[in-house]
Amino acid sequence: MLAVPLILAGCQGPLSTLSPAGPIAQDIAWLLWAMLAGAAALTLLVLVLVAAGFGPPRDVPETRWTFGLGVAFSLVVLTATLAAALWVGERILPHGPALEVRAHARQWSWTFTYPGPDGPVQAEGILHIPAGQPVDVLITAEDVIHSFWVPQFGGKMDAIPGRQNRLRIEVAQPGTYEGLCAEFCGLEHATMRFQVIAHDPADWPPPRVGEARL
Amino acid sequence: MTARDAVAAGAPAPENPPRRALALHRELDRVWRNDPGLWGQVTSLSHSTLGLRFMGTAFVFFGIGGLLAMLIRSQLATPDGAFLDTALYNQIFTMHGSIMMFLFAIPLLEGLAMYLLPKMLGTRDLAFPRLSAFGYWCYLLGGTILIIALLAGVAPGEGWFMYTPLSGRTYSPGVNADVWLLGVTFVEISALSAAIELMVSILRLRAPGMKLTQMPLFAWYMLGTAAMMLAGFPPLILGSVLLEMERAFGWPFFDPARGGDPLLWQHLFWLFGHPEVYIIFLPAAGVLSTVIPVLCRTRIVGYGAVVAAILGMVFLSFGLWVHHMFTVGIPHLALAFFSAASMLVAVPTAVQIFAWIGTMWRGRPELKMPMWYVLGFFLTFVMGGLTGVMLAVVPFNWQAHDTAFVTAHLHYVLIGGFVFPMMAGVTWWMPMMSGRRRIRGLGEAAFWLVLIGFHGTFFIMHLTGLMGMPRRVPTYPDNPEWVWLNLTSSFFSFVMTIGFALFLMDIVLQALLGKRSPRNPWRAPTLDWALAVPPPTYNFASLPGAALQAAGAIEAMLPLARGEGFLPGAPRGRREILVTSVGTARPEHVAVLPFNSALPFVLALAICGFVLLMLAGFYEIAVLALIPVVGLIWMWVRRAPAGNDREEIDVAAGLRLPTRPRSGTTLTLSGLQCLLFADGTFFASLLFGLAYLSLVSPGAPMPAWPPDARILAAGAAAVLALLATGAVCTQRALSRSEAGGRPSASLIAAATLVFVALLALVSQAIWQLPDPTRHAGDAVRAAIIAYVGLHVAVSAVFGAYALDQARRGEPPPCRSGALRSWRLWHGYTLAVAALGMAGIWAQAAAA
Ligand code: HEM
Ligand SMILES: [Cu+2]
Ligand SMILES: [Cu+2]
Repeated sequence: MLAVPLILAGCQGPLSTLSPAGPIAQDIAWLLWAMLAGAAALTLLVLVLVAAGFGPPRDVPETRWTFGLGVAFSLVVLTATLAAALWVGERILPHGPALEVRAHARQWSWTFTYPGPDGPVQAEGILHIPAGQPVDVLITAEDVIHSFWVPQFGGKMDAIPGRQNRLRIEVAQPGTYEGLCAEFCGLEHATMRFQVIAHDPADWPPPRVGEARL
Repeated sequence: MTARDAVAAGAPAPENPPRRALALHRELDRVWRNDPGLWGQVTSLSHSTLGLRFMGTAFVFFGIGGLLAMLIRSQLATPDGAFLDTALYNQIFTMHGSIMMFLFAIPLLEGLAMYLLPKMLGTRDLAFPRLSAFGYWCYLLGGTILIIALLAGVAPGEGWFMYTPLSGRTYSPGVNADVWLLGVTFVEISALSAAIELMVSILRLRAPGMKLTQMPLFAWYMLGTAAMMLAGFPPLILGSVLLEMERAFGWPFFDPARGGDPLLWQHLFWLFGHPEVYIIFLPAAGVLSTVIPVLCRTRIVGYGAVVAAILGMVFLSFGLWVHHMFTVGIPHLALAFFSAASMLVAVPTAVQIFAWIGTMWRGRPELKMPMWYVLGFFLTFVMGGLTGVMLAVVPFNWQAHDTAFVTAHLHYVLIGGFVFPMMAGVTWWMPMMSGRRRIRGLGEAAFWLVLIGFHGTFFIMHLTGLMGMPRRVPTYPDNPEWVWLNLTSSFFSFVMTIGFALFLMDIVLQALLGKRSPRNPWRAPTLDWALAVPPPTYNFASLPGAALQAAGAIEAMLPLARGEGFLPGAPRGRREILVTSVGTARPEHVAVLPFNSALPFVLALAICGFVLLMLAGFYEIAVLALIPVVGLIWMWVRRAPAGNDREEIDVAAGLRLPTRPRSGTTLTLSGLQCLLFADGTFFASLLFGLAYLSLVSPGAPMPAWPPDARILAAGAAAVLALLATGAVCTQRALSRSEAGGRPSASLIAAATLVFVALLALVSQAIWQLPDPTRHAGDAVRAAIIAYVGLHVAVSAVFGAYALDQARRGEPPPCRSGALRSWRLWHGYTLAVAALGMAGIWAQAAAA
């Protein structure tokens, strides 16, 4: 029992999907834990069945195994999983209005554009957003494919030259969060990190601190 | 009632009188054995030799890939691994993935299938022995190119799926990406030739009376695999050809600035890449379905359900490729659809898993060595399958995609679902392949080391991924929380490596030092065990009929060796096998297979020359290098042993068969049909590319074209009309020659028409087509025209061959010679020409 919090503490980290910082990441984390529990139970089931196979020969009704377990049982499990997937999926997709910011990727850095006190502001490697409200990131790329990912906020979305993708993120508390490029993009892929600073809604938009004006 | 009907009715097979087994063996061995010495290895066409060689070579590449894995794990053991620089690290993980997928997994399963299928199906060799050999040389030479590139430091470094634009000329200027594109495509020739070979052999070489619905499950699995390879590899080959054209000549298929689309590459790649996973899994499952029932001393539970599951997998696996692309920004409805489809494929998998477990319940499992690997499979693969279902859940996929979680998942599936079953299979068939018994102890130690090492390495990698570690990074200095995870993985990966090394050592030692194995040590019922171990060069001294098949391996062994089955011995000094009908395996004719030959090796060398010239960037000379290739293929066809539908051979008492079918298809024609099926998928993928670029891609709009629609339509109509008239003429020539006449006039007319059509097409392409480098729309159009032109050109060569045959006085009256193949090819050419032009017209209309 003591081990559980210990392990969970070991799962913390600035890039951990297991320490969600917003409702979207939280939803996905719950989904993960539920699926993990299900997967563990199913693995156990199969292993027990295999172990029981080492007993004396038994009469085996073929359709019960192939159709009953193989088709019907697995369809039930999969339908439940799919329902959960669709439900969470609907919740995390961009529905309704949201503040829009831009993320433009290139080998090997990010340029972010977000609202400032007097018009849009551009910054290298740091994205400012308000906490406590949904934000849509419009993701584009200059050269090759990259991917925008802040694990504590939720999923990732590719930055593809010639296209613009939209990703909904949301963070509950003000603070500094870590993000990275998730799609392999060449030599410096590993260092293509960035930061997201979430501000108290009262202090939004943030006062400009030395960033270039657009 | 003729003997033929008797076989169809399931009555006991007509027997030949028994003879002395040893005399029969000498007679057959003289005809079927390899030439002596090293040269004999070069010229060998034997499916046993080649199957073993495929497997042996695959294990060598496994060793190299494993070595690279060790380098990756050493680098990742510490956060600042200063051991490899980034460029080298990228090459290493790319090569690890590419080697494991293309040079280890696929060739290993091909080799196993080549080695086993003729033995299981009760025949003497595969349908096209020269093709097997040719495939092997392509594999070896292509693989060698990749390894040399790795040693020279110019290996590809863009990841095993080579996403554009990163793999384009701008961002990967060196020869590295070309090495991947050309080398892997070269190797894929072997996959395609193996697929054709296995497909035709399973459908047409089964022992008389072995119905499709009764054949060993392994053959069903390989039939599904072959079908998937025929449909799955063409999109990859197309993608590689297009990307190489972009890199070499600037045709901008994937360049968004000129109307191309990087996502087209991803679609083409995963259209191959997902089926690929099942191509790898199915043969492994085939091994399990073969091994488990015998080790449990019972029959498999649900033969029909397993066959249905195989077909379901083959079908479903082509509808899931988008689940590798959940984060590229596709419409929500498509996300839901592909998510559901991806989950659905778990159903046929579950059917098989429960069929195997049910089999264990029904029988009494024996914990022999292969069973241990089967248990390793259950533990590992079930977990990998379940994380697969988790990854099909889009919200979770968005978190886990491109992280160490995916690396963990894919190794659970590949090592659990392929490597463990293959280890079971190798252990199972080693007594046959080597004729020797296992050395006790080594296998057990290897098993436990691999099992513990594997789970120690990859289990916690799920967690590493969930804690945010992306894949394909060489260092992680800012993330101390990943350190202990990676260190643990690296430690256990060395345990696993020791295990694999022990396993390989076990095989080698068994082959060299093991005690002689008795025949059929597992008391298995399938025909592959009705042979001496190691099996003789010709497999069966006589081919088993229905009665001997039903009797099982143990009972059938002696009568077969004494020549009591069909087509005993080699009294005519030729390599003869029996060709049977697809559904019920009714004997149709006797096929004569070629003798040992170096031609496959020389042809592969010639293609290797072409590949090397392309790599070096000598594109004009490379085109010239295709001339010897065509010449060698011409020789290949000319040297094929000719059958005769006048000659009648005693196959069994009361059954005489010709060496060519009087009606119905020859093996060659079946092979050509398979080739055209693959070719058709290739063309369909090309049309998909056309539609995708015209309708879906957001890129720059296509510049105006055509200059004058009427001239163009007239030109297209002229080419089509020429081709259609050519088709009519080949048809006439065929009916004429089948009626016993001399078809010279129609032949000359047909060949001339095809040649003129080629000239018309080429001249129009030169005058009317805009520069293909201008826009992706121009490039696909040019690619379609080039594809059609290539087919017309091949048709012209067919025509020249048929004319030459007629000049030489061949085929003798009432034999169709190359004509039938030509008619088929030309019909296909006409169809793709019409479709291609319709596609181009639609593209112009849509613009
Ligand atoms: C011998 C034990 C093996 C070890 C220790 C191992 C380890 C690894 C590691 C550490 C990576 C790189 C992860 C990253 O990019 O961060 C990797 C990638 C990969 N491995 Fe393995 N692997 C092994 C066997 C296999 C086998 C048997 C296969 C296939 C049959 C395979 C297929 C792949 C593939 C496809 C990739 C992805 C490469 C890429 O990202 O481009 N591996 N492996
Ligand atoms: Cu990037
Ligand atoms: Cu990147």
